[in-house]
Amino acid sequence: MRILHQYLSEFGQAFLLLVRSLRHLPSLPRQMGRVIEQCYLIGYTTFPIVAILSFFIGSVLALQTGYSLQTFGAVDFIGTIVGLSMARELGPVMAAILLAGRVGSAISAELASMKVYQEVDALITMNIPPERMLVLPRLIAVLLMMPVLAIVAIIIGWLGGAVVASQVSFIGLDPRIYFDGITNFVAFKDVLDGLIKAQIFGFSVILISCHVGLQTRGGPREIGNSVTRAVVLSLIAILFLDYFITQALL
Amino acid sequence: MPETDTSPAPRRALGISVENLRKSFGSTEVLKGISLEVKPGEIFVMMGPSGSGKSVFLKHLAGLEIPTEGKVRIDDINVADDRERPKVRLALVFQAGALFNSLSVFDNLALYPREHRLYDRKTIKEKVEKALAMLSLSDAAEKIPAELSGGMKKRVAIARALVMEPDLLLYDEPTSELDPIMAATISEIIADLREEFGVTSLVVSHDRDLAMTIGDRVGIMQEGELLAIDTPAGIRQMDDPRIKEFLNPAIDLKNPRFKRSA
Ligand SMILES: Nc1ncnc2c1ncn2[C@@H]1O[C@H](COP(=O)(O)OP(=O)(O)O)[C@@H](O)[C@H]1O
Ligand SMILES: [Mg+2]
Repeated sequence: MRILHQYLSEFGQAFLLLVRSLRHLPSLPRQMGRVIEQCYLIGYTTFPIVAILSFFIGSVLALQTGYSLQTFGAVDFIGTIVGLSMARELGPVMAAILLAGRVGSAISAELASMKVYQEVDALITMNIPPERMLVLPRLIAVLLMMPVLAIVAIIIGWLGGAVVASQVSFIGLDPRIYFDGITNFVAFKDVLDGLIKAQIFGFSVILISCHVGLQTRGGPREIGNSVTRAVVLSLIAILFLDYFITQALL
Repeated sequence: MPETDTSPAPRRALGISVENLRKSFGSTEVLKGISLEVKPGEIFVMMGPSGSGKSVFLKHLAGLEIPTEGKVRIDDINVADDRERPKVRLALVFQAGALFNSLSVFDNLALYPREHRLYDRKTIKEKVEKALAMLSLSDAAEKIPAELSGGMKKRVAIARALVMEPDLLLYDEPTSELDPIMAATISEIIADLREEFGVTSLVVSHDRDLAMTIGDRVGIMQEGELLAIDTPAGIRQMDDPRIKEFLNPAIDLKNPRFKRSA
């Protein structure tokens, strides 16, 4: 119970940080440089790993469904199943988890270090709200980058599935049939739902990471603890939100 | 072209009023009822052994700590209130510098005027270069803080505070890592800022020379209490053995302090 209460209070405080950050929205046009810098960081650190891992996720998915479906002689449906799973579920979740691991951890480490070494205090005495300079640009950047990241994850996942479905001997599915399965049964709405999910996940990850980083107190050792906490809280948020968003979008 | 304003920002001297300030961290009381008035344009030096609560006291003046009890006002403004604090333009030179580690020395200095859009780009560059030159840092402009020595970081922190053109300057041990010449330069800068702009300064320092030469008044702090406040001359003549010992600790090899019973 205590741990649940603790998590809920963290999420509540993260929400308050969001409210405080949004108050600085009018400063955004002046901060485009920082937004672009953060976009670049998110893209640079996550695209390669998202690409590689979604290829494997798509492949495994095709392998598992192929193995199950061959007994019914229904391998033609692999494309549909991989297509829908990647778009509605695995693409967004994978992208968000990797975002938490690569970007969320880096953000919490950076902000925690700024807090511990009094850089945040220095900003406050300069009347530069940390929410404006440190949080807002990151939140906007993830909103811009997350759809791209999720699209990459989905499409590469589909390709990974196609490779396995056509090359593994006991499946041996013609790639044309595989992609027909995607184009005929995966609607634009399925991809859109996936992108909405990814957007909410990614935003939550960055918000939580900023919150945890700025909450850090004490010495340098706390920086490491903050990173762990940020990643754990992000993963909890992703899986928790996933259920409810899925239900709402069905 | 944006409008150019090269004249120094209009400044108003700020007074400090601290009333029965108490601060506890958990169960330990670090500040035990400090009361103090600093007049606009005054240079006040706070001395005291390390661990006596000087840095915590300064953070209260900058609004970075919330008093457990008592009041801190700068020019009648409650600096502990996030909405009121922006009304005072103060700069705090942190004990450890608190430089922005991801920014170059130049960008550390330029951040404040850029964020608040005080001047155009060229004027900001001039002001930053002038501050760097005052502290013999011109060669370090493009370095990042990790490449600097402790004393250089301190000087960058002071230069950064100067570029802010504050009405109140708070220094946490500004000369502690500096050589005697640089320490003298800092004293001259503090005095000059008052001459030229009427800037109020509160300096926390162990540096007896600094305290006695530039302090209009000196306070002695010990274990969270103010033992005395007086002019440098007055402090020198005090009979309190704790103050005498602090100002002039005789080195006694026959009966060293660490072997004396408390
Ligand atoms: N954030 C904090 N939490 C708990 N104790 C603190 C904190 N900051 C300072 N202290 C304690 O307050 C006392 C005074 O510290 P400080 O003001 O830094 O001394 P100094 O006079 O050397 O600047 C010390 O005993 C220190 O351990
Ligand atoms: Mg100190």
